[in-house]
Amino acid sequence: MSFELETAISPEKLRRVAIDPVSRVEGHGKVTILLGDDNKVHQVRLHIVEFRGFEKFIQGRPYWEVPVMVQRLCGICPVSHHLASSKAMDMMLGVKQLTPTAEKIRRLMHYGQILQSHALHFFHLASPDLLFGFGSDVGARNITGIIAAHPEIAKKGVLLRKFGQEVIRMTAGKRVHGTGSIPGGVNKSLAPDERAELLKDIYQMMAWSRDAVGMIRQLFEQNLVEYNAFGRFPSAGMSLVRADGAMDLYHGGLRARDADGNTLFDHFDYGRYWEVIGEDVKPWSYMKFPFFKSLGPDDGSYRVGPLTRVTHCDSIPTPLADKEREEFMAFDGGSVTGATLGYHWARMIEMLHAAENIKDLLHDDDIIGDDLIATGERQGRGVGVIEAPRGTLIHHYRVDENDLVIRANLIVSTTHNNHAMNTAAREVAKKYLNGREITEGLLNHIEVAIRAFDPCLSCATHALGRMPLEVAIVGADGTVIDEATRDHRGLTRAFA
Amino acid sequence: MITPTLIFGWGNPSRGDDALGPLFIDRMAALQLPGVECLTDFQLQVEHALDLENRRRILFVDASLDAAPPFTVTLLAPARDASFTTHAMTPAAVMQVYVGLHDEAPPPCTLLAIRGERFDLGEEVSPAAASHLDAALAWARLWLAG
Repeated sequence: MSFELETAISPEKLRRVAIDPVSRVEGHGKVTILLGDDNKVHQVRLHIVEFRGFEKFIQGRPYWEVPVMVQRLCGICPVSHHLASSKAMDMMLGVKQLTPTAEKIRRLMHYGQILQSHALHFFHLASPDLLFGFGSDVGARNITGIIAAHPEIAKKGVLLRKFGQEVIRMTAGKRVHGTGSIPGGVNKSLAPDERAELLKDIYQMMAWSRDAVGMIRQLFEQNLVEYNAFGRFPSAGMSLVRADGAMDLYHGGLRARDADGNTLFDHFDYGRYWEVIGEDVKPWSYMKFPFFKSLGPDDGSYRVGPLTRVTHCDSIPTPLADKEREEFMAFDGGSVTGATLGYHWARMIEMLHAAENIKDLLHDDDIIGDDLIATGERQGRGVGVIEAPRGTLIHHYRVDENDLVIRANLIVSTTHNNHAMNTAAREVAKKYLNGREITEGLLNHIEVAIRAFDPCLSCATHALGRMPLEVAIVGADGTVIDEATRDHRGLTRAFA
Repeated sequence: MITPTLIFGWGNPSRGDDALGPLFIDRMAALQLPGVECLTDFQLQVEHALDLENRRRILFVDASLDAAPPFTVTLLAPARDASFTTHAMTPAAVMQVYVGLHDEAPPPCTLLAIRGERFDLGEEVSPAAASHLDAALAWARLWLAG
């Protein structure tokens, strides 16, 4: 099955516009748009160059190396891979319950990651669009523009991110390539002086997180009609929830609902995720398209991440974030709960939740305990799932009798959101680009929709000079009619 | 304690020659030079502007496909470049964030760009890049003595 604007009827007769790569996302993504002579949009596709070498990279490694090695899959969310693989190896070792200290140190690390990742995305990657406008001057539509126009907002973003990185450093042992989480537990707890250092700043982080929720709410109030309609589409969703239905970003069962809000499965054991999730392929994309098996590949696509988590859970188990969730759900009769840009609001509620959790954990004496490792009866397989900043992250391994990994399967958040991001891009193209002359500002509208999901394209390489932006309008015969280029030194040539 | 000299190398140790930055840091840190702090990360981001505070000078070290072999050295100035639009910033952009945060010029920053050739996940550092790394380390010893 092909969706509206997914595949044009006569693509050879159309002009092609490419956004390559999509900026302010991690890794390499490209959008291609096919236009008719009247600039009518016929086809929109987001191509993500998904690296399928993960399995090969991991196969043959001893299982205890995996939580460290997988951090090198992604320079943006290494902690998420660190923790998901650790959870998988817990299962492989037959560990059903971590020690209180181990679980709380891992949670502290995870909430540090959520805090710093959400802060980076909102303050530095999304706020230029939100504060200056989607089609505003590209020269100012970036973090230095934010620093110039809104220095206090920019500083909060930098310091929130720094605080989250410090939580990671203290729990994982190092700023990067941390080794804190290991199969069966952790290898260190927090030292009393580390705890005191984090406690000094956590209340300020909570206050700034509340301010950020207020800021995105205010932006919605000022732009309600545009924000609510922007890239909007009905969608199913999936997330982990705690046994009582509350939000839990570290552990729980899988909850899925269809686009009408009907429950498809609830508290489902993620150790058998393949019974409910399939992976479809499309001839034009290297990235798979996951779907709910009960709905089939044509109707079973879904989205994950902050918007789904905040709207699917029954409550948030920290008071300030729960109050913000209630207001979010009730705002304008609940309309924002289905808005693509609602991801930003939900993301800031989660950032507040992460800050509250960090505060609670820092006051818990278990984080300075010394009972770090649990044991169990060795299994041959392990599945670990967490709610990473961008959504549900699945790690699945098989380990042989020599303790070597013989099979690995990873489904990352951005893969779950593949169909949703394509749909959001098409909705925006239909509304904003159809029949108009293409400008950088209009193309940025497509990127704004994709960026709402904060896709992480799993590419940690970045050598100097390898991050260009190229936008080309290509005729049906392949001739370049017009182009714009931007390299790491700035915009060097715009459309003629 | 903040040291007067910061050497900051970045890259992914498991992506072939992208490991040049972290390897440079490993080799330099092993020397345990007084007054020199060595830091590494996968890539540069806004919070690294805070690492520039209270330094006398900074050396940024990265792998580069553009640098003439074995390496190039560039004195940097703060710049609003397009790396602001990615998850991975340039050192000039990090310096610009410093300016924005502190309303003053950052300490002098130099970029040591070491020529690399291959960057795929799971690859080893290429022989040519390893040779470039040796040359870059020798240059850095002179730079530190200067």
